Amino acid sequence: MSDSTLTAADRRRPWLLLGPTLITLFVLMILPIAIMTVFSFYEFVTAGVEKEVYTSANWREFFTDSFYHMFLWKTVRVAAITAILCAAMGYPPAYFIAMSHTKHKWLLLLLLIVPFWISFTIRTFSWIHILGEQGVVNVLLLKTGLISEPLRMLYTEGAVIMGMIHFLLPYMILNVYVSIEGIDRNLISAARTLGCTAWQAFYEVVLPLSLPGLMAGLLLCFVLAAGSYVTPEILGSTRDALFGNIIFDTIMGQLNWPMGATLSLVLLVMLGAVAAIYSRYMGLSRIFKGLGA
Amino acid sequence: MNPATENRGLGWRAIQALTVLVYIFMFAPIMVVVVLSFNDSQFGGFPMTGFSFRWYHKLMENQAVLSAFQTSVWVALITAVVCSVLGIMAALALVRYDFPGKEWVNTILVAPALVPETVLGVGLLLLMRWAHQPRTLWLLVLGHIMLALPYVVLVVQARLIGIKRVYEEAAMSLGANRFQTFREITLPLLMPAIVASLLLVFTISFDNITASMFWRPSGVETMPTQILSMLKISISPEINALGTLMIVVTVGLPVLGGGLARYLARSGR
Repeated sequence: MSDSTLTAADRRRPWLLLGPTLITLFVLMILPIAIMTVFSFYEFVTAGVEKEVYTSANWREFFTDSFYHMFLWKTVRVAAITAILCAAMGYPPAYFIAMSHTKHKWLLLLLLIVPFWISFTIRTFSWIHILGEQGVVNVLLLKTGLISEPLRMLYTEGAVIMGMIHFLLPYMILNVYVSIEGIDRNLISAARTLGCTAWQAFYEVVLPLSLPGLMAGLLLCFVLAAGSYVTPEILGSTRDALFGNIIFDTIMGQLNWPMGATLSLVLLVMLGAVAAIYSRYMGLSRIFKGLGA
Repeated sequence: MNPATENRGLGWRAIQALTVLVYIFMFAPIMVVVVLSFNDSQFGGFPMTGFSFRWYHKLMENQAVLSAFQTSVWVALITAVVCSVLGIMAALALVRYDFPGKEWVNTILVAPALVPETVLGVGLLLLMRWAHQPRTLWLLVLGHIMLALPYVVLVVQARLIGIKRVYEEAAMSLGANRFQTFREITLPLLMPAIVASLLLVFTISFDNITASMFWRPSGVETMPTQILSMLKISISPEINALGTLMIVVTVGLPVLGGGLARYLARSGR
């Protein structure tokens, strides 16, 4: 259909189709974030009560109280460690699936999707059976006599990171896989014919060309890890709380809505900034591809 | 075969071994849950003391679990139907029409997948507070619809791009109106994507915990929040049985659905 034959009805039709969805997202996502901004300037009176006067007290409290700075920094640190470990653990399998000639490639790919179907809560608590005092690791080590007392691994920061890697790895592997799969194999052959060793061909050709996928994976893992609060709830002690747990406690525990709104905005702005820096260099369309995979 | 990639030595074997290890890392903990769910011992962990179904029997008598299961199924069903209808309409608009501001619409549609769930959770609660509305189950449904929308749009969009426009144009030139064309041509061809999206939304809603912790009405538990509150009391073997049942449901459904979608794709052709 060319533009000249478009009637007014034709031009209206896509908006009629999009209308319900856009209204839903406006009311449930955009409007709430606007309200959140307003609430962050309200005055907290007592649990569950706030006065609708404009004050910068919440923001001052956030910027001056080192309690919040500590947890924000901790969240960034834990999320960064998680993302980097995901990259280190996810790259080799992604490379293997993309490069191997095995007939069971489809099975390896299917197995990467299966975790998305298994309840996140169950995948997370399964680590209690691995790391706990009665867990697989401790039972085996005690039986072989390597240790005489169970190691304390559960309810630590390490356990929280382990749980997050476990749920984020498929995202990383899929993203890296898609970008390695897209590399023209002739480039690798050319590098090898021109005298590169296998390692050099990887380092000079495959690695740089797979960087977009790797970066997309890092961003997704970082953002999802930094926003999580259920994993520390299940696998961490109170000391291992992340920023999400602080937000949950502020709102559901202390019923301090204005401060909760302030802290949520901080998290949103921080992760938004990370995503913005990323899209400045990489473009966000890659992320959508990764989500669709 | 490619000679450059055929020359595979120690490095390749190391990568192969690493791949196996990573897959073990991903699946071993889940297998442990399944195995322990049949443990006769009254503790949730090792050692295994015998094989038994007693925890499954006990689960069937647990009223809290049963009502949480019902809540989750209803919420997930309603979410799946409404979200799929909305998502399919949106995907049709994005694939079949060109209009100004399309880039923006695309970004807004995928945004809920990129905004942290904690923030979305707090946001919707603040909206309810601002509007002086109580928290009801409908809030949970609305919230889940928002969370799942991006995925429906992506899945249906991908399928729609694969359906050639000529079929629709042929129907229209033979005198069918737009609605008839959609019902007779587009809808049957889209069936596999619709089934896939219904299942996807169902699992997303059924599995959601982070945002649901904020949205659920006080006193109401969904399946995942019920597991979380059980975990806080003790690691009872019942949780292992519950986990195993949920794996059967959430992995079994897509497998069944995949089969159904393939069947529909074949008969639709």
